[in-house]
Amino acid sequence: MTLDLSLLPDGGIPWITASGPHADIVLSSRVRLARNVAGFAFSPRANDGERLRVLQQVREAASHSALLSNAVLLRVDEMTANERRLLHERHLVSKELAELEATTARSGSAVLVGDEAALMVNEEDHLRLQVFRSGFDIGGAWERASRLERELGERLPLAYHRDFGFLTSCPTNVGTGLRASVLVHLPGLVLTQEVGKVLTGLQQMGLTYRGLYGEGSEVVGNFFQISNQTTLGRTEDELCDHLARVVAHVISRESEARRVLSRDAGYIIEDKLWRAYGTLRYARSLGADEAMNLLSGVRLAVGMYLIGGISVYTLNKLLVFSQLAHLSLTEGRPLTEIEANLARARYVRGVLAVEAGEA
Amino acid sequence: MLCDQCKERDAMVHLTQIVDAEVTQLHLCEKCAAAKGIETTVAMPKHPLGDFLHAVQQQAPAAAGDQARCAYCQTSLRDFRASGRLGCAQCYTAFEGALRELLRRVHGATKHRGREYEASVSAAVIEGGTELDSLRDRLEQAVAAEEFEMAAKLRDQIRALE
Repeated sequence: MTLDLSLLPDGGIPWITASGPHADIVLSSRVRLARNVAGFAFSPRANDGERLRVLQQVREAASHSALLSNAVLLRVDEMTANERRLLHERHLVSKELAELEATTARSGSAVLVGDEAALMVNEEDHLRLQVFRSGFDIGGAWERASRLERELGERLPLAYHRDFGFLTSCPTNVGTGLRASVLVHLPGLVLTQEVGKVLTGLQQMGLTYRGLYGEGSEVVGNFFQISNQTTLGRTEDELCDHLARVVAHVISRESEARRVLSRDAGYIIEDKLWRAYGTLRYARSLGADEAMNLLSGVRLAVGMYLIGGISVYTLNKLLVFSQLAHLSLTEGRPLTEIEANLARARYVRGVLAVEAGEA
Repeated sequence: MLCDQCKERDAMVHLTQIVDAEVTQLHLCEKCAAAKGIETTVAMPKHPLGDFLHAVQQQAPAAAGDQARCAYCQTSLRDFRASGRLGCAQCYTAFEGALRELLRRVHGATKHRGREYEASVSAAVIEGGTELDSLRDRLEQAVAAEEFEMAAKLRDQIRALE
């Protein structure tokens, strides 16, 4: 099967528009709900037949959902490794579901991608509902996720326990099954060396952070994913409100750090960021982490009004489309690291030239 | 990338410093970073799962109870300690005692306070049908894999349901 991403509503990445609040600092807000269908072993323990029946029941339930009315079903278990990586680069499937290192993914694994929501099937839990919003909008994400969950719950019997709430494969997700997260860009706090304090503070507030691609991913390009750590013992509203309050504080700390930078190190920062832009505009080879770090610099420059004429939307697009699987798709073949670095530089140059009105 | 300081271990801490209008990049291993008194939390994200597995292992050392298995999916407490994952919804009932203690440590709570759920679809009917189907699937697989002990257990469960 060939994966045609143009079939996906908004390419499956509606958050990329940078239309939401605080989009210069917050890339996206996400709410994820983990659910399991009663009567089946959890996906990792289930056999092929069970997983396929779970998929069948979920498809049936989803076909009645208003939020998933335009949704496209993608069978992850029938995809090549590069196609799975592509969906992972768009945050549509987790590392676990994509099984990046394996030749094939677990049978029955799939993702339903709609306008406003995506649904992973047969990840570590039968169902992982995800709603992404552009910018800082946890409330909007929760409202939609909750609506979708009710729609599905009316047609699917869910695994639920009187005391423990919604049951999940890993007890770290039990109860609400809710993980709210916000993807923030904190170069100001990193450059002023304040970030360590902020991150330690997060952990004391019951929150946690990861890199751009969630659990187990490294922090690259000053992108941090901040999320709630516990899921049991508090209501969904409490979890979302708490995260939103803390993130609002982090945003103001980041803005403050940027003011300090322009006051105390104005020309150094300006020079450093223009150099980052210059490299992206003219380099002939760009490594993946290198590009991420340079894009972080340009994003900061745009946020500080040092460089004009580049939209945050373009920067978001570059972040996603300059990754390995996307480059391979554009080039129409698998790429070696060197080829990917060349293709990445070519792609970034092209986009920035258009943005600068030179192409 | 090797540590700038000792040139032996992998650099885990990447630091951009601005000192007197000079921007410098330092790449240090955790040991050298700690020796310099640099906060290393950035390089070592704390994963809930890591904490959680730690808590699992902190629990009472493997006891005879570890051999106990969930009647539905055959996951044992020992399997759970190794993987951090339960096999099915029934595991929560099978290992309820051990889990309560664990949930208290991990979440600081043992009682769900979020949205309540009442299956509006007749879960019993669907569950009955699918449970039987999936047990039959499992039996087939167990026989194919020559796991006869497991197959016998499954056969008994199927008979009880029929």
